[in-house]
Amino acid sequence: MALDLHTSEQARKRLKRRYAAETRFRLIGLTALLIAFGFLAFFLVTIVKQAYPAFLQNYLRLTIDLQQQEIDPNKSGDPQIIGAANFDGILKNGVSALLSDQAPREEKRALGKLISSGAAVLLRKDVIEHPEWIGGTINYKVPLDDTADLYFKGQLGKLQNIKPHLDATVNVAGDILTINADFSSQANALQALDTAQPSYFLKDGGTLIKLTQISPTQATGRTLFSMPLNSEKTGQWQLLKFDRPENERKLDDRSILLLENFKELGLVTTSISKEFFMLGASREAEMAGIFSAMIGSLLTLFVTLLVSFPLSVAAAIYLEEFAPKTRFTEIIEVNINNLAAVPSIIFGLLGLAVFLNVFGMPRSAPLVGGLVLALMTLPVIIIASRAALRAVPPSVKEAALGIGASHMQAVFHHVLPLAVPGILTGSILGTARALGETAPLLLIGMVAFVVDTPKGFFDAATLLPVQIFMWNDFPEIAFQQKTAAAILMLLLFLAAMNLAAVLLRNKFERRW
Amino acid sequence: MLFSLLAVLLCAGIAAYFVGRQRALSLVTFQRDLHSLPNAYGFWQSIVTIGAPLLILLGWAIFTPSLFRWWVFKKIGTPVEDLTQPQRDAAWRDIEALSSGGTANFSDPIREQGAQLYTHLYDIAHTALAFLILVLAIGGFVYGWQKIIPAFRARHKVEAIVKFFLFASSAIAILTTFGIVLSLIGESLRFFSFVSPMDFLFGTSWTPQQMAFRADQVGGNAAFGIIPLITGTLLITAIAIGVAAPLGLFSAIYLSDYASPRLRTYGKPALEMLAGIPTVVYGFFAALTVAPLIRDAGQAVGLGVSSESALAAGLVMGIMIVPFVSSLSDDIINAVPQSLRDGSMAIGATKSETIRKVVIPAALPGIVSALLLAISRAIGETMIVLMAAGLAANLTLNPLEAVTTFTVQIGTLLTGDQEFDSPKTLAAFALGLVLFTITLALNLIALKVVKRYREQYE
Repeated sequence: MALDLHTSEQARKRLKRRYAAETRFRLIGLTALLIAFGFLAFFLVTIVKQAYPAFLQNYLRLTIDLQQQEIDPNKSGDPQIIGAANFDGILKNGVSALLSDQAPREEKRALGKLISSGAAVLLRKDVIEHPEWIGGTINYKVPLDDTADLYFKGQLGKLQNIKPHLDATVNVAGDILTINADFSSQANALQALDTAQPSYFLKDGGTLIKLTQISPTQATGRTLFSMPLNSEKTGQWQLLKFDRPENERKLDDRSILLLENFKELGLVTTSISKEFFMLGASREAEMAGIFSAMIGSLLTLFVTLLVSFPLSVAAAIYLEEFAPKTRFTEIIEVNINNLAAVPSIIFGLLGLAVFLNVFGMPRSAPLVGGLVLALMTLPVIIIASRAALRAVPPSVKEAALGIGASHMQAVFHHVLPLAVPGILTGSILGTARALGETAPLLLIGMVAFVVDTPKGFFDAATLLPVQIFMWNDFPEIAFQQKTAAAILMLLLFLAAMNLAAVLLRNKFERRW
Repeated sequence: MLFSLLAVLLCAGIAAYFVGRQRALSLVTFQRDLHSLPNAYGFWQSIVTIGAPLLILLGWAIFTPSLFRWWVFKKIGTPVEDLTQPQRDAAWRDIEALSSGGTANFSDPIREQGAQLYTHLYDIAHTALAFLILVLAIGGFVYGWQKIIPAFRARHKVEAIVKFFLFASSAIAILTTFGIVLSLIGESLRFFSFVSPMDFLFGTSWTPQQMAFRADQVGGNAAFGIIPLITGTLLITAIAIGVAAPLGLFSAIYLSDYASPRLRTYGKPALEMLAGIPTVVYGFFAALTVAPLIRDAGQAVGLGVSSESALAAGLVMGIMIVPFVSSLSDDIINAVPQSLRDGSMAIGATKSETIRKVVIPAALPGIVSALLLAISRAIGETMIVLMAAGLAANLTLNPLEAVTTFTVQIGTLLTGDQEFDSPKTLAAFALGLVLFTITLALNLIALKVVKRYREQYE
């Protein structure tokens, strides 16, 4: 009878159900894990995809005439005199040289806007560093403005050559050109090409025509740039098209054609963005870099480590080895566990109220940031160090005590050296957490727009995570890419620190 | 100046160490006649020589900047009193710059007079400091020197001092808590002299930005009621926990009971990578990738989703605290004695039945406390909400709208100009006090539960 309970039809069904539940449960667990990993992968891929354009920058090669007369008439070589020269004007001359002499003003202005507004500053810096350039002409690469740069990175659309060989006849009537050709695949009725429509151009050698009206057999247009067309011209033309309408993009037709022209002439080069790695904050995306923020982060981290490491290790030694089991030490222990879980922004409030308002320390300074982060990492390192000290077997200490060492000698000569790898690992991990921390730093004024690289612990500085936070607020695509790139750099730093911690642990950790 | 003094002191300390050691060794023929090891005498000499000067230097570095400022402003008198707080701060920055030979943003009589006074004071004070330190160091050195005799118990003295230093270091943690509590309560009390605690705790409107900028300005109707902030915080926290609890718990169960050892060795650190990513990075991701995704998805099904929605912030925050929940639960699930599992398996339960009906009920208190810690973490999280959840203090429970939280408001109230005589700035501290109290309570409960739970199975 009892057998029936386990072998009957119902039992079989029940068992099947139970096994199904088992599989289901297992799948749910796996799904949860996969969702978490999937998110991590999605996240990393998104960041990398957004970041990589920011590591590159397109430059325009200019020929710049550095006349002695204009820069340093007395050949003094004094950086102050050189720095005071009108580099904006010098640069402008170099830019104008790219266009023909008859080029209208708007064309020059359009070109001027395609070049980074920080180019003159870079030129000034480079000339001061290389006074031997003065008196000659140099080939100088200036960074393109962020929109032009994005255009070459293919993120604003592309100028397509839709018909490389179009037989067309162009008739000239005053300013208006009439073009007879087969446009049946572009338009099936007469259509005006205003700024809300895609742009079409006809190109032959140096002649460029922008179409203003198109029908299946005929189009009207006008010449672009300073190359007037005076007589009828028949032959093969290239038909170019830009899909995105002019009023939906930041670059107008003229700028795009100028840029394409320079590219054809080989004046545009792409290379790793020096600006991103060597400059500080800027309102111009192409001039914005992470150098100042990295220096700020290093200075702050140095203070953090200098303050929190000795204090936490000392505290851990006391609590683990010397503290009598009294009410007071119990309070300290509970207190440390709690501090580790206090929201980081509260530490910012503490820094603001105590370090800035009571002690009158300077705002935005790495010193204050470092102290705040040190207080934050203190409990983390204490807890890690205590665990490392506890992992050393008591027999080590007892042996030392047995041959006559004092308690202090046993701890400092025998227990502590054995715990050092664990302590260092914990400290590195704690410091890595501090490196990524942002919230408390906002409150002590580290969001200030700091252009200069900090030179000391009292200078106004910004930090890498704070820089990320600030760039995140800029609407430009180029800034979003820079933000992602800065994030990638931050993650690389963190990964390096974590890797160091893991290697340290694997190499030196002893299992007892 | 202070750094060079510090460097000199450190060199003197090293020199004193060798002097003390030599002194002790020179007193005896055999080293065994000394009470302590020679090193102890060196440390003794070093500590008595530079210990007091170092403490003075530390106190000086902490306290003099604000004293200098107070004294200079007091000397200038009335012109400074007319300035507002930010103006005074700016003036002081310029005074410091001018007196250290830099350039000020602009120059006026106050700044020039201040710079002169400051330079004068700085010179006198630092000469006095250097003199004081010199006297103390020499005094200490002489005292230490004449104390060193073969019978001198140097090791005991040094060890007592080191022990005191160790104790003082661990007391820093207490000091930090005191600092937090005092500064929060102090500024909050000032805040409550402007706004009644009742309005603060039970008001349903939060509009500190409408604060009148000047006293004579009309029409400032700022309201400081935190109910919208509480609902906003709870909403985002609920979404985050709704994501993190199942994901974290099931990941932990899978990793501890089902996964192959290989998956466990690589899976656990990979999961913990999620906790190592800085929150500002999550914020960027939430604001620029997740929020637009949710908005587009909402539009596709005909829902109006705000571009800064509670949902985006909550989802990303949930992912962030997954490793938090999973690693704590993992510890707790592993702490359930194997005998319970074996017993359950022995009476024919499947693995999942064992987990659901034996392991989880046994681990429940621990899991609950892990969730409490995760909640406290979510409430205190700043950057994600600051970047993705918006500033509008809407009193709503709709996850598709923009809401705001305690941390966001603390952040926005205190970035930019701070005036410590305006409720707008002080409100941040009152919010901080509420936040601190809530998270502290959650942590205390959670830690207590975990402790009791551990004891149960030990």
